[in-house]
Amino acid sequence: MSGFRYTKDHEWVFLEDGIATLGITAYAQGQLGDIVFVELPEIGKTVSRGEAAAVVESVKAASEVYAPVTGEVVEVNAALQADPAIVNADPTGKGWFLKLRPQDLAELNSLMDEPSYQAYVKELA
Amino acid sequence: MRYLPLTDADRQKMLETIGAASVDALFVDVPKAARLAAPLDLPDHLGEIEVERAVARLAAKNLDAGSVPSFLGAGLYRHFVPAAVDYLIQRGEFLTAYTPYQPEISQGTLQALFEFQTQVALLTGMEIANASLYDGATAAAEAMLMARRLSRRERVLVSGGLHPHYRDVARTMAGGVIEVLPPKLGGGEELASKVDGTTACVVVQNPDFFGNIRDLSGISAACAAAGALLVVVVTEALSLGAIRSPGEMGADIVAAEGQSFGNGLNFGGPTVGLLACREKFLRQMPGRLCGQTVDIEGRRGWVLTLSTREQHIRREKATSNICTNSGLCALAFTIHAALLGEEGLKRLAAINHEKAVALAERLGRLPGCEVTTPAFFNEFTLRLPLPAASAVERLAEDGVLAGVPLSRLYPEAEALANHLLVAVTEVTEESDMAALAAGLEGLLP
Amino acid sequence: MTGTTSGHRGLDFEEPLLFEQGAEGRTGVDLPKPAGKANRLGGLERKSPVGLPGLSEPQVIRHFTRLSQKNYGIDSGFYPLGSCTMKHNPRLNEKLARLPGFASLHPLQPWSTVQGALELIEQLADWLKKLTGLPAVALSPAAGAHGELCGMMAIRAALADRGDKRARVLVPESAHGTNPATAAALGYRVDSVPGNARGRMDLESFHSKLGEDVAAVMLTNPNTCGLFEDEILEVAAAIHGVGGFLYADGANFNAIVGRVRPADLGVDCMHINLHKTFSTPHGGGGPGSGPVVLSEALSPFAPYPFLVRDAKGLRLAEGPGEVPEGAKPFGRLKGFHGQMGMFVRALAYMLSHGGDGLKQVAEDAVLSANYLLATLKDELSAPYAGPCMHEALFDDAAFRKHGITTLDFAKALIDEGFHPMTIYFPLVVHGALLMEPTESESKEGLDRFIATVRALMARLKSGDVVHFQQAPQFTPRRRLDETLAARHPVLRWRAGAEVQD
Repeated sequence: MSGFRYTKDHEWVFLEDGIATLGITAYAQGQLGDIVFVELPEIGKTVSRGEAAAVVESVKAASEVYAPVTGEVVEVNAALQADPAIVNADPTGKGWFLKLRPQDLAELNSLMDEPSYQAYVKELA
Repeated sequence: MRYLPLTDADRQKMLETIGAASVDALFVDVPKAARLAAPLDLPDHLGEIEVERAVARLAAKNLDAGSVPSFLGAGLYRHFVPAAVDYLIQRGEFLTAYTPYQPEISQGTLQALFEFQTQVALLTGMEIANASLYDGATAAAEAMLMARRLSRRERVLVSGGLHPHYRDVARTMAGGVIEVLPPKLGGGEELASKVDGTTACVVVQNPDFFGNIRDLSGISAACAAAGALLVVVVTEALSLGAIRSPGEMGADIVAAEGQSFGNGLNFGGPTVGLLACREKFLRQMPGRLCGQTVDIEGRRGWVLTLSTREQHIRREKATSNICTNSGLCALAFTIHAALLGEEGLKRLAAINHEKAVALAERLGRLPGCEVTTPAFFNEFTLRLPLPAASAVERLAEDGVLAGVPLSRLYPEAEALANHLLVAVTEVTEESDMAALAAGLEGLLP
Repeated sequence: MTGTTSGHRGLDFEEPLLFEQGAEGRTGVDLPKPAGKANRLGGLERKSPVGLPGLSEPQVIRHFTRLSQKNYGIDSGFYPLGSCTMKHNPRLNEKLARLPGFASLHPLQPWSTVQGALELIEQLADWLKKLTGLPAVALSPAAGAHGELCGMMAIRAALADRGDKRARVLVPESAHGTNPATAAALGYRVDSVPGNARGRMDLESFHSKLGEDVAAVMLTNPNTCGLFEDEILEVAAAIHGVGGFLYADGANFNAIVGRVRPADLGVDCMHINLHKTFSTPHGGGGPGSGPVVLSEALSPFAPYPFLVRDAKGLRLAEGPGEVPEGAKPFGRLKGFHGQMGMFVRALAYMLSHGGDGLKQVAEDAVLSANYLLATLKDELSAPYAGPCMHEALFDDAAFRKHGITTLDFAKALIDEGFHPMTIYFPLVVHGALLMEPTESESKEGLDRFIATVRALMARLKSGDVVHFQQAPQFTPRRRLDETLAARHPVLRWRAGAEVQD
């Protein structure tokens, strides 16, 4: 999936028209199992790179979703509140978490591209 | 040792299997310097007869409130607990089970907790309740912390009618900005004007510590207007059978002591903390929750749920550090409430109120005495023409436990030194009331 | 399907909720009809019904008896739940806690009328002080986690008293979740210290994280891997060297009670779970009791109430004007005085064992755990070499090889009549199984359990994976849908509510 960038904590980020959409990878949702709840930030909040921007919960685990870039939250995926299972079904599509307006696009450069991330996941298995 | 099944022969065989020369060899990782060289200065083991004798001797040195006229309340009440309650909670399957983490073999505890949560929600007039906390005081503190998380504000405004222990536990556990109003015997205090956009919550007890039944509609409206939460504290849960529920009066969170249902006095513990709230606050609620679901055959069953709020999953990000709560006390609560039912509860509450009114009228007629609580359920404050603490001490010598002198909980408030908090329940007899009235009369100047 | 008309299966009853079996006007108590004349409720009387169902006493007894039969307790069988110390709960303790001289005692009675209760508290405190070697004890905490709060608050107060505000608390990765939750609740930043290949806290990492801003290190010893932190003296010296405190989580005290005193390990403060080491019943999740023993330096900062002996006898100091000189309590943690009912049970247990018996308890608990480790480590995968202390830890390598999970194995044990061990804790090993047999289990009982585990492993190796994935099959309920419960929370009964499919 070209244009996607990845973190070691299994977040993905996709940049379009200066807005970064953020979610968790297929591998991450598989590790968590059935997702039962997603906690999203308030719109307008500024999150720093590496700071927890959201929380995703399965029955037995809760994980922070860290912001890969610093920026202001401009939109959140309200559909996840009613139906968190969307994250399991379509993690890199309809299961997106939030959209940020990045302060510094250069921050994206340190993230992994698709092949590096796939290699990274293979190593973990 | 009757509780230890292993024999010396067993121990020897087990050591051989392990391949250890002695039990000492299993403690090899303990630094030598820290291994006890000599036995501790403690007595040797005793048989059942001797233990019972030793402990019963200590029990016999106390004057138990059940054997004499007793009027102590102040947050714990001497109610009659039906025999069925204590029989059922001592069934080993309830008594000796752990927290129901394995639901397939814990459906008994889980279903009872689900029933408990439902009863607590019904009694308080709230949407949901958790599976219990330690006691009323810690529940009230947790409610304040919860209100802070929900409102993202810091300031807590506490009514002067909150039980002093609850007030102190809140200061310890909730810390931060807590503003406590001075005690007011008659209950009327100005809270609404002190609520503003920085207030996380207002904490009001009903009936309050002095026994006053409070109308919370004014403060509830003020909270709603300012975006603050109303936390209602109840220390006499039986009052919920006679007076309008906190939910009906606009409470957002209810923290209560549930001891009156099914639990004895036990010198103050263990008891059972209740916590109920609006459903939309669910994710910020501390403690365990039992939820309904189905098994793989589609049959209804129960599990502990939403545990991602809790310490064993969230660790440093948990809503609270609470783990063990008051499961068995909650079970006793549930059984007693089940025995009462709607009819029994209404009746029991009415009897409590009726007897309290009778005693209040009687004591109020004593020369120089005045009941300072205009509206009450089963507890009221009586002003004496002498220090209440000395009256209580004197009457205790004659085997009458007259009540709680306010000076015990407000040692610094001289204005309260002559006030006595008097509680009446269904077990209070006419002769008890007569003994108290006569006793007090004998002390009057 | 059940194959019966009623839904019951012999002694396994389908029991509806209380709310589904009431009748209006029915009650299980006999109370006189109130005259109904008195009303001083200030116009705030309840007008709406509560909604409680009406049942008779026989119905209530039957309901809860049937519910109890769906539960597994220590009285039912082997309960090797690691970190929980599910030992025998003597009935004598129950009998004594119910003596009217304790059970019907109001906490605010005049001190002159409760001297026996205070003496019992004093005796219990004396046992706890002697067993731990620490000079003071705070008895009010209601459970282990509450005790942690108490101990860490005392530490925070002691530091504040010397004008020392510290920001961090070190917690090993293998710690109980309550440890970091407690530190965080007090506003400390939690710094997690990884473990080493031996299953202990990594000393190098600990030293690297140590500093003058560390208030305490919270150590469980034996730790949650069932291993003794053998470098604890060095840890104590190091934390004391930077002016911090060594907090010990006493959940696993059963392994060393009567044999090793925490004070001799350099511990400053430790909570003790009376519902673990001292046999007070777990009750399906409480009530517990978590007294905290404190060093000389921490003792002035214990919470109210303080037990005081003077010319008039014993009393509890409940406020600033009443505490002994030099005491600086950090506040109050609980209503009234603590879990008296648990104190009675715990003291009865202590007297029954005596100093000699308690030492035997620790030895038998450790011996039994090592017996499990020695007999099962060729079948299951043990991540750390023995000897262990009171509990034996295994990981899921042996299961993964054959395509099942730790959970599957645990559920298969349920069908065999055992309560499973603790699973998926500690988090430091993959798919953990933590077995704590305690001293209460007979050798025959241990052997039966061992034989069952071996038989299950044989079944697994023969390829019968389905047996494990389908387990449990013989319980009142089979595997429950926890995802449904969490996604659509139903936390109470409502009239007319249907179960969702």
